[in-house]
Amino acid sequence: MQTPPLHVGAETPIEPLEEEDLQAPAPPGGPRRIRWTRRRKALHRFWREFRKDTMGMVGLAILVFFLGVAIFAIFADTSGTKITEATGEPLQPPSWDYPFGTDNYGRSVLTLTIQGAKVSLLVGLTATVITMIIGATIGIAAGYRGGGTDSVLMRVTDWGLVIPWLVLAISLASIFGQSLLIIILVIGLTTWPSTARLVRSQVLSVKERAYIERSRALGASDWYLVTRHVLPNVMPVIMANTVLIVAIAILSETALSFLGLGDPFSISWGQILQQANDAGASTLGAWWWVGAPGVCIVLVVLAFTMIGFALDEIINPKIRER
Amino acid sequence: MGTRRYVLRKLVQAFITLVAILIFNFFLFRVWSPGDPVSFLTRGQGANISPQERQALIEEYGLDESTWVQFREYMEDTFTLKLGASSFYQGEPVMDVFLRNLWPTLLLVGISTLLSTIIGIWAGIRSGWRRGSAFDRTSMIGSLVLYSMPEFWLGMLLLLFFSSTLGWFPVGGRISINASELSGVGYVVDVANHMFLPLLTLTLAYVGQFYLVMRSSLLDVLGEDYITTARAKGVPERRVLNHHAVRNALLPTVTLVALSFGYVIGGAITVEVVFSYQGLGLLTYTAIIAKDYWLLQGLFLFFTLAVIVFNLFADFTYAYLDPRVREA
Repeated sequence: MQTPPLHVGAETPIEPLEEEDLQAPAPPGGPRRIRWTRRRKALHRFWREFRKDTMGMVGLAILVFFLGVAIFAIFADTSGTKITEATGEPLQPPSWDYPFGTDNYGRSVLTLTIQGAKVSLLVGLTATVITMIIGATIGIAAGYRGGGTDSVLMRVTDWGLVIPWLVLAISLASIFGQSLLIIILVIGLTTWPSTARLVRSQVLSVKERAYIERSRALGASDWYLVTRHVLPNVMPVIMANTVLIVAIAILSETALSFLGLGDPFSISWGQILQQANDAGASTLGAWWWVGAPGVCIVLVVLAFTMIGFALDEIINPKIRER
Repeated sequence: MGTRRYVLRKLVQAFITLVAILIFNFFLFRVWSPGDPVSFLTRGQGANISPQERQALIEEYGLDESTWVQFREYMEDTFTLKLGASSFYQGEPVMDVFLRNLWPTLLLVGISTLLSTIIGIWAGIRSGWRRGSAFDRTSMIGSLVLYSMPEFWLGMLLLLFFSSTLGWFPVGGRISINASELSGVGYVVDVANHMFLPLLTLTLAYVGQFYLVMRSSLLDVLGEDYITTARAKGVPERRVLNHHAVRNALLPTVTLVALSFGYVIGGAITVEVVFSYQGLGLLTYTAIIAKDYWLLQGLFLFFTLAVIVFNLFADFTYAYLDPRVREA
């Protein structure tokens, strides 16, 4: 059976009546109340769908685990992460005391990896917020306004797509210096074009729907139309894309840190790998040092990707039919 | 008729993009960049040189001129292909440094892109055609994992396993130190031996996404009415796949290959660092570490140009594959 698309938080278009709808009379209270009830219902329905998706749930579980690790890292003792305070022998394979072994200074790779979770997730999430704000704004402006605005914005977006991102990010990071903030900004400023494209195409299809025209005929302003009708309808697509962008942002941070462009004072997974590579860990056969942070990166990126795919499948019914 | 206009339009667009990138490049490296431009040229040692030397540098590079004059000189420098002097390589023209490191990267990126595209498309077709089969499920999981891996980490793992544990391949570099003594065949073998692991890394790193796009694009096409029609009129399954489905499903994949080329270049940079493979990627890393901004600027320009040309090529391929694009 074909299920209608979900519109999380949207003024729901006509949807098939469910049993509960038939039984319960119209909810009391004003339109605001109705809206919230509908939103809550939509969320419930969404969660029901999501729970059925094994891939999405596995991704969510991995993500929750690493979020826990990152929160733990905020409160954990960081004394063992300084080179001068290393407690173990250099380059020890995993043992009872050092479950992930030690690096070339004798620091515990486990402690470093736990601390790395904090920065990697922080950078990934905040950079994504920037990407989303820029991408969504440009996408909506281009799609909704159309005409000249659209052409100009899309040309700029195309340039953004053409410039090889890592090269641009390298240039920006090496010119503007090394700090967490710069890294976040650089990633945010280099990943928005694909989001802008996606949002624009979605806006173009929403714009043509009848209720927009109806609303406009009733005297709604552009601002009202965008915030009340366009944005809520584009939101699901933005959400699914956001999750995928987090994965890209985390990989970007890793690559930049690996090239020595990260913040030298904060430990991230990419930075651990940079130090491992500089010390020739692969040649020395220190698999634990290379392995631990790398496996974490893969798991977290995989988690976001799997959640993103699951969201995509729920939002886009065409995929589900396959 | 339509074809000629299409090609012309694409060429003009690429040219406009190029000009925009040139202007952006100038502003990024010479106007917006904070700090003393002299320290750029002296790689952060600006405080250690005498005022006379400093003045000489400023005059040599025309840093006291107005932005407009500097821009004109920059454009001249670019179009005469000099691209300024590298401070790390003692004032050697950036172009020369660059040409020396060009072919290894060209070889690496070229072959790996070719391989990952072919393998990805092949596996994607097989997977999409037999959806839900054992092959489909394994390759789906495999490509998701590969897609989630940083390229350089994959490289470090392969290096760890094949070079240091098994000892099958050299631990790094582009050629052996004694390569000049080797004869023709021996030299080729030596180069191939050094290139194998970086090549494997880049191929594996990108095969995943080509596979995923080809698979989903084929699934899209298989749901179309004309496939049902083809089957209904009794076209053999093989022919439905090869003549009706794959041809159409290839279109989005071509676009993706072009768009992801920028990422492949990024991957090549980090992978070359892992394997100390002396190409443009390692050169970029050197430029970062040595704070050689003029070299970095030249590299930025080249990589971007490479992506523009590659995209242009993809546009033409697309038009060749799909006549509708040409007519529009």
